[in-house]
Amino acid sequence: MLGGLALILALQLVGEVFVRATGLPIPGPVIGMVLFFVWLRWRKPREGSSTVHAADVLVRYLPIMFVPTTVGVVVYGPQIASQWVPALVASFGTWLLTFVLVAWVAVWLRPRRPKREAA
Amino acid sequence: MENLTATWEWLSTSPLLALTLTVGLYWASDKLWEKSGRNPLLTPLLVASALICVVLVVLRLDYAAYASGAGILTFLLGPATVALALPLHRQASHVKEAAPMVLGAVLVGAFFSVLSGYWVTVLLGGSAELAASMAPKSSTTPIAMALAEQVGGLAPLAVLFVMVAGLSGAVIGPKVLDLVGVRDPRARGLAMGVASHGVGTSRAFQEGQTQGAFSGLAMGLTGLAVSVIITWLVP
Repeated sequence: MLGGLALILALQLVGEVFVRATGLPIPGPVIGMVLFFVWLRWRKPREGSSTVHAADVLVRYLPIMFVPTTVGVVVYGPQIASQWVPALVASFGTWLLTFVLVAWVAVWLRPRRPKREAA
Repeated sequence: MENLTATWEWLSTSPLLALTLTVGLYWASDKLWEKSGRNPLLTPLLVASALICVVLVVLRLDYAAYASGAGILTFLLGPATVALALPLHRQASHVKEAAPMVLGAVLVGAFFSVLSGYWVTVLLGGSAELAASMAPKSSTTPIAMALAEQVGGLAPLAVLFVMVAGLSGAVIGPKVLDLVGVRDPRARGLAMGVASHGVGTSRAFQEGQTQGAFSGLAMGLTGLAVSVIITWLVP
């Protein structure tokens, strides 16, 4: 667990330093994710190894990590009191449109294996 | 009495109270969600956050003190994002085969989300500042905060809209996908990841490993895509 955690933290650190040094508008953890993916493809750690265990635990507890930020909505909410109609309709409405559009595009572009095999 | 006041002063700014509240109420919310047969309106993130809001208001606790106390949880979002490479690695063969599907969904979603977010807000009478804060809402919190300021919005407002997008996906996302007849686990994951970023991804993992892996991938790519396109899509 500790070895895996150290590796994950180190890759995030490399990512954060990289984006700051280059000025790229990409978050450090996303670069860290790419690096960790490359590492996993290269080393192919077995299930149950320290690295796999650490990563599984982090992913499993992802929702609770969003709680403090979500609670912040009580503070920011009142700031848009005068514009709550456009704020609410646009944020929820365009989320819904994006969500359904993406799902349909994905279904439309999905690989259809049975057809390919038949051809 | 003096001791009590001093104790409360210590406790109200201590990470111990913030963490006990967060972990305890999240645990209770998770139990409640399982008991309710995973009722979407009782999504643990939503219930736990609402309960904490109530506690903060009732006990007159300052949000900034709570946020810094529970800061270790927010910090863990970084390593957890790195860790999302693991489900991706496990699903690598499926992801490779589905490359056009992933790229198509991410690009269409990123463009549509930024453009519609900005222009619908403007058409409904919102200020340019509000619209610019709305534009990056499909990306995760840290990206959206930086991007909103880059295009003339406000970071706290961006967080609010990012959370509306995330919670909408976590709460009604799976139901909406059932309603529009999308059953493919890859497409379900992509929709969650593109439109509802990390919050959607955490919900997608509760549905299955494939959904989660595609959602995590979509979340990372959407963050990248929005970062690149936003400066020339927002006037």
